[in-house]
Amino acid sequence: MGVQLTKRAKPVDRRPMTWLESLYLWNIMKGMAVTIKHFFSRKVTIQYPEEKRSYSDVFRGLHILNRDEEGRERCTACGLCAVACPAEAISMEAAERKPDEEHLYREEKYAARYEINMLRCIFCGLCEEACPKDAIYLSKTHAPANYHRKGFIYKKEDLLIPNPLTEPEEYKKALGTIKREPKS
Amino acid sequence: MYILAIDWLFIIEKLILIALIVTLCMIVAMYATYGERKVAAYIQDRYGPNRAGPLGILQPLADGGKLFFKEEVVPLASSKILFVLGPMLAMVTALITSAVIPWGTALSIGKNTIPLQVADINIGVLYIFAVVSVGVYGIMIGAWASNNKFSLISGVRAASQMVSYELALGLSLIAVLMVSGTMQMSEIVSLQQQHGWNVLYQPFGFLIFFICAMAECNRTPFDLPEAENELNMGYHQEYSSMKLGFYLFAEYINMFMSGILMATLFWGGYDIPFVDETKLAAGIGQNWVAFLSFSMLMIKACFSVFLFMWIRWTIPRFRFDQLMHLGWKRLVPLALLNMLITAAVVLWLNK
Ligand code: SF4
Ligand code: SF4
Repeated sequence: MGVQLTKRAKPVDRRPMTWLESLYLWNIMKGMAVTIKHFFSRKVTIQYPEEKRSYSDVFRGLHILNRDEEGRERCTACGLCAVACPAEAISMEAAERKPDEEHLYREEKYAARYEINMLRCIFCGLCEEACPKDAIYLSKTHAPANYHRKGFIYKKEDLLIPNPLTEPEEYKKALGTIKREPKS
Repeated sequence: MYILAIDWLFIIEKLILIALIVTLCMIVAMYATYGERKVAAYIQDRYGPNRAGPLGILQPLADGGKLFFKEEVVPLASSKILFVLGPMLAMVTALITSAVIPWGTALSIGKNTIPLQVADINIGVLYIFAVVSVGVYGIMIGAWASNNKFSLISGVRAASQMVSYELALGLSLIAVLMVSGTMQMSEIVSLQQQHGWNVLYQPFGFLIFFICAMAECNRTPFDLPEAENELNMGYHQEYSSMKLGFYLFAEYINMFMSGILMATLFWGGYDIPFVDETKLAAGIGQNWVAFLSFSMLMIKACFSVFLFMWIRWTIPRFRFDQLMHLGWKRLVPLALLNMLITAAVVLWLNK
């Protein structure tokens, strides 16, 4: 019989059918017993819009660029996430913070442009682990469908978390979708 | 009311009855599609259609509306008249079986008693045979007219299948006729009311009849003419819009009618088990009994329809050789044997 991986393999019964068997009745009835059991068994359907399948605790979805308590962007455009990214989905452009921009950016250098291509991203979460500034997190939402490839390239504006000072409600909500709380 | 020596009241009464029965068949066919989808879903651990209206009750309306608004495509190379005739014939033959069915005990309105049967002819069973045999033409003509090779194969399959299973169907019915000694449908039912249901005397006959009826309706496991994966829906293939709808409807009406037939011939028709209808009529009135007996018939028929669906979603399709094997080498001899034994017993009892 060649290689046997398990002991459960059963050889096919190739005996010709007896006269009674060739009426198929008994076997069909056995089959019907199986199906009627399923008729009354619990249904597995999830009624989608009303009922949603819950995500796993370690689910990794869309990225969020974090802000600190004063609403300043945390990212300092160090590029470590882009280096860590196995799919090369992240690209950015750094810029220097002007003296009057201290309320906008936490560090002296910031990301003027920050893009993630969600078609390339494999949601591995390595960017999150690489980031020294607690700036990027993977949330528990997923990228919605889009008609254009362009639509999947998420800009900084799409990724940034709402400002905790001006939009505290939205900030709270967005924070809730991050899989673990920022370290501080 | 006699004008020109014609009983107009009689004609009006029958016309109303016909209209009601046709409507009933249509509604049942509509909800059979819904039932089919529900049964399929439940057997596959799903819920089935449940969005249109509460529990999806309006789903058939949505389906029907969709079919109406679809584009009517008539293939360029088809024979136009036959192409339209096919679905019409399928529908008509499916419906006219209902003419000889006794649908319940008689109604009494005013002084008149109105039997719930369109035509109580004394060759009811023969009439049904005739109509069932014509049924294959709807499929064959449609398949031929489509000018499509798959459709043609399907038409040939349908013809050979129906002819082979009609034989066993007829033989199993002959046994019933011998037991009851009449071909009049109303007689057969009233005999069953007195002497017990035919299925008690003819369990094998019923089994054979059931299998053959399934084959006549082209239901899985006998849906070789349709065979989605081999013939691309077979004779349906070139049809669209309501012409397709007619074919589908005809299939469900056929299914319902064979349920009704099985109930009438084997399961006591409109007989309510363990109840004496005449005594009940004295108690609650003739019309209520008519209603109850009609409901009884419907329940029996719906159960058969459910059985059809249950089998359909349990087993796959037969191969063609298996089909012929089962038909000619198993069912026909069994039906013959059943007939001979019945004949012998009937003779012996009557001496
Ligand atoms: S999740 Fe992984 S693939 Fe996606 S951007 Fe981050 S590092 Fe790249
Ligand atoms: S997100 Fe983090 S790792 Fe990436 S550039 Fe900004 S600070 Fe550096």
